[in-house]
Amino acid sequence: MTAHANGHAMDLAALQREMAAAVMRPLTPDEGMRPTAPDGRPMTEVAESFIAPNSRLTAFERLEIYNRQYWFRVLNALAEDFPAVRAVVGSRRFEALSVAYLTEHPSRSFTLRNLGSKLPAWLAAHPENAGRRHRLAVDVARIEWAFVEAFDSAEHDPLTLEQIATLDGESRLALQPHLRLIALSYPADDLVLDLHHREKQLTSEAGVRHEESEGAESAMPRLRPRPTWVAAHRIDLSVYYRRLLREEFQMLSALRSGITLAAAIEAGFTGSRILDRQRAEQVQQWFGTWAELGWICAPELKALH
Amino acid sequence: MPGNRFNAYQNHGVGIGLRIPHYEHIFSRKPVVDWFEIISENYMIDAGRPLATLDRILEQYRVVQHGVSMYFGSVTAPDPEHLKRLKHLTRRTKTPWLSDHLCWGSVDGTYTHDLLPLPYTWEAVHRTVERVRMVQDYLEIPVAVENVSSYAAFTGSEMTEWEFLTEVVERADCGILLDVNNIYVSAMNHEFNPMDYVNAVPAHRVAQIHIAGHSKYEKYILDTHDHPVIDPVWTLYARATERCGPTPTLLEWDDRIPSFEEVHAEAKKAERYRHRQRTGKTPELAGAAK
Repeated sequence: MTAHANGHAMDLAALQREMAAAVMRPLTPDEGMRPTAPDGRPMTEVAESFIAPNSRLTAFERLEIYNRQYWFRVLNALAEDFPAVRAVVGSRRFEALSVAYLTEHPSRSFTLRNLGSKLPAWLAAHPENAGRRHRLAVDVARIEWAFVEAFDSAEHDPLTLEQIATLDGESRLALQPHLRLIALSYPADDLVLDLHHREKQLTSEAGVRHEESEGAESAMPRLRPRPTWVAAHRIDLSVYYRRLLREEFQMLSALRSGITLAAAIEAGFTGSRILDRQRAEQVQQWFGTWAELGWICAPELKALH
Repeated sequence: MPGNRFNAYQNHGVGIGLRIPHYEHIFSRKPVVDWFEIISENYMIDAGRPLATLDRILEQYRVVQHGVSMYFGSVTAPDPEHLKRLKHLTRRTKTPWLSDHLCWGSVDGTYTHDLLPLPYTWEAVHRTVERVRMVQDYLEIPVAVENVSSYAAFTGSEMTEWEFLTEVVERADCGILLDVNNIYVSAMNHEFNPMDYVNAVPAHRVAQIHIAGHSKYEKYILDTHDHPVIDPVWTLYARATERCGPTPTLLEWDDRIPSFEEVHAEAKKAERYRHRQRTGKTPELAGAAK
């Protein structure tokens, strides 16, 4: 057992909680460990309660190495997954919002892949972190997270158009797991593609990112808000974005929710201006396209009856 | 007999870590490489390009899995989803053994994604042994624990790091992934003789050896895996191979990754020490304790 400075013994669980709290605490502006703990204790005292100094480093300095490494690692990981958000809000603001986000949502997964899973929703709820391009930043975050999910989510055997044609209105369908549906306030998908292309150019062959200038924010094209619906999906191992009509988005979302085919079609046309007489043909055309893209799957075998 | 029961009696030779910047070279040139080590977490996904790439590698090369987030020393239990995905991946790769680090990094379900050092206490021994045994039983393949490089020591430690390692592996009945670069880094940071560590390790349990480069700062050394292996680390490697016999060896190069040829050439330097071990010629180690 490690002796607490206050005289109490610190067991392994207590030590790990104390050290994790110190390691995950945000750094000072000059990237050092903060001098005081949240409870007001000096961090020198906290560090000395479980870490031994050596001839060159104090306990504080030794703990600080881990504190710094933690933040460098998670900030890099988040920046890798959201390069377009970074470009939209600027590097400095992105780092600040990353620290705020990761302080509220530290990793709860064994893999860094999931680090940004809550960023789009968090950003939407915290407009103060994104500056004047808040809504655009939220859209871009949604698109970039959809990319992460479309990149490595499962792929099930899709139904053919012929199989789909045998279904009745009471059938229920599932969507391809790697298909992600995104509703946006801006037509931001092209912007993300462009920014990702720029990002690739900034990345060396060895995968090392060069520092991006703050000027990247102002160099972006001005976008006007326009409701936009996008699907992110995978074909032959690559992720693509495809614009959808609002009706398609609504219908696919309804199918994913598990309601019957007839109810999903009805939900798809909610608020639609497409004329009634055109709808049957439109639905047939959409399903043809979706089947060709492999988006429609069976939730269970009996649904094929 | 080649190898031991902790590496499924395999003598894989000298391998390198499988890294994305080298994919194109590997697929287009098909270089002769004894084996590749993969980071398990990069492939514990449902589908997509990483797994497709791995399958192509598996068609042509031997692959061994190395993990970075099992955290054998963490007090809270491993995530069942993590274990399930890891086992699923071992079935895909047919890895003859699997390694992860003798450290902790998560607590109460929150992950630091770092390899944090353990206090060398009996409590930590018991906790870690329990977890290694549980993981090994679940995965049904030999597990090797890797010594980490560290920058902090704990006031409550009751033994040396090599005593701690020995207690854990003997009680858990598992293998060791002996990282001689980590030994060197920790020795410089904690002011002990790295050869004492290498000489004390239970050699019959060493399933694999890691070699790597590191970065030297004014007051400490960081395990950065972004440089060639330095001579003092090769000396430790030579001594380790002398004690352990022919042991699968892996060069780690994870940052500022140079060309495939450069990384592979650096790894193959290990061959000369392995050759000396086979022929009994290790002149630079004439005075070292057996």
